[in-house]
Amino acid sequence: MMRAVVKGAASILAHTPDLVLLGSKPTREIPRFDGLYEECMAHLRSHEEAVAYPPNQAFIGNIRPDRLADVGKPWYEHPMEGAAREGPYGEIMPEDEFYGLMKAADVFDLIWLEEGFLSRVAAKLQSHPLLGDLEGLEGGKAISEIKGKLDRQEALPLNLRGELVGCVCRAHEEDEDLRAEVILEGLAVKASAFLALRHLLARVSPTDPRDVDYLLDFGEEAIGDRYQRGGGNMAKAVGEMAGCLNASGVDVKAFCCAPIHAVTCGAALVQAGIFQKIALVGGGSLAKLGMKFQFHIKKDMPILEDTLGAIAILVGEDDGVSPVIRTDAIGMHRIGAGSSAREVYEEVVVKPLDKLGKRIIDIDKYATEFHNPEITVSAGRPDTPLINYRALGALAVLRGEIGRGELDDFVRKHGMPGFSPTQGHIPSAIPFMGHARDMIVGGEIENAMFVGKGSLFLARMTNLSDGVSVILERNPALKGGD
Amino acid sequence: MFAGKNVVAFGERDGVQGPAIAKCLAAAGANVVFTVTECVV
Amino acid sequence: MDLENQARIKQLAEQYGNKSLIVVLGAADPDSSELVAETVTTGDPSYAGPLTEVQLGLAVYHILEPEVKAYIPPEVYEEQVALMELALDAEGIATATKKIRDNASAGG
Repeated sequence: MMRAVVKGAASILAHTPDLVLLGSKPTREIPRFDGLYEECMAHLRSHEEAVAYPPNQAFIGNIRPDRLADVGKPWYEHPMEGAAREGPYGEIMPEDEFYGLMKAADVFDLIWLEEGFLSRVAAKLQSHPLLGDLEGLEGGKAISEIKGKLDRQEALPLNLRGELVGCVCRAHEEDEDLRAEVILEGLAVKASAFLALRHLLARVSPTDPRDVDYLLDFGEEAIGDRYQRGGGNMAKAVGEMAGCLNASGVDVKAFCCAPIHAVTCGAALVQAGIFQKIALVGGGSLAKLGMKFQFHIKKDMPILEDTLGAIAILVGEDDGVSPVIRTDAIGMHRIGAGSSAREVYEEVVVKPLDKLGKRIIDIDKYATEFHNPEITVSAGRPDTPLINYRALGALAVLRGEIGRGELDDFVRKHGMPGFSPTQGHIPSAIPFMGHARDMIVGGEIENAMFVGKGSLFLARMTNLSDGVSVILERNPALKGGD
Repeated sequence: MFAGKNVVAFGERDGVQGPAIAKCLAAAGANVVFTVTECVV
Repeated sequence: MDLENQARIKQLAEQYGNKSLIVVLGAADPDSSELVAETVTTGDPSYAGPLTEVQLGLAVYHILEPEVKAYIPPEVYEEQVALMELALDAEGIATATKKIRDNASAGG
């Protein structure tokens, strides 16, 4: 039976400090407090600072996440020397280029960019090694036209370091589901997901886009209109922008659990021989920019939630090298299963391991949730990755696989520090996909288990949570190291 | 302490979730009037 | 604490009476525990929600406190809580929650 493999994963960041002001929390809080806007502006980072920020370097693959344990804390005071904008899995794009990318993603003339700004950005993107073929970068507007649109409240401003350079227009006069905020969110997803997919197909796992035959989008955005609010198929929109002319696609929705659901769906379709090369894509969450900004300002820290993350994964037929996806050991939280932490881990982690005759400690690395703890702990919130690893270790203790005193060692050995922006589906297991693929091929590890979790109850339709797991394993055809 | 008392099971996604707290308190004889799980990250 | 939940707790306190409602938390660490415990006793410390400067003075405990565990049948506790009891900083959480509870009752 032919197995599906992970051929590669790209992880990119778009550094968008001015879009922080359009994040959900800042939008609500800034009008309430005098001076908060100024304080926010004063705590935003430059592109150089975002590039040199160690967790961001781990995200694009310039360092392994484990190495963050050796970096001095706080990380934002220990920038990486010689940090590059580009890494093995992607890049950290600056805001002006990202606005250009959104303009290229916009096919309804809803992104207006000032003429001079647009021509400068178009020139920059033209000389980008991967984006020279971008279309849709003409049609700049006069600043007076843009201001008029904003004055009539038909658009949201696009600023660069506080200066107006454009706007995002509403797509309909009356339809609330096509208001400017929703259009901006959708285009931010489309542009960032496209960038990840472009890196994936052009560099990480070189593939002619016309050889991709299906796309699965795993983001949590909702695109549609008043009659079909979540109509979707962002997958197809992203695929179109990337030139995947022979593919169609579909969106997978399951809160933060969607990425791992998408991996299992992709693997199943390839294994069944229905498709040969499936691109899984997920763009960044604009709503989640600046969620903890007030805590960061209070502690005189830079506002760390200033980047949109996007990830693209290529699932394909067994190539004799890439790690195989063990579709015979998918973990899943059944509807009728109990919902205590223990019951969830038994369902999602232990059951699939039992199928393979493995213990918890037989998985070299677990990829659970990768929220950057520097973002969350400074806001009095938990270190989510650490808690996940401690829970897995605790389960190993309760099962007698390790002693209580070995819990800390378990965390170090089978876990890693969090390093992802807090962007919902993005930190959910998959930031480790590119690393895991290379570490398995390179012989550093034998296997990795990816565990996704989702808080379905947030939509108020059910009290259930969700959980899915998938194991990646060294390809049996691979002998020795690379 | 809980027998016959009205209790709120206020869980957290990364800690102990609402339904788990509710099951414990119900088993201790409490009347659980509200169960919730907050998602704080 | 989520604004909706603040409003709900306020409404329940009015419905059942402050002295008759107990809140039992499942927060993941000492800081989170303190924050939620404060909100239902002396008011929302972030001045964001319906419980801003509202002193409900509710009795608040954490599910990981020994004095709570003592009342739960062991097999239920084992199944529902034991894993996170081992994974989380149970002692730190218990201390933090008790501190807020004691301060609130001392304040009267």
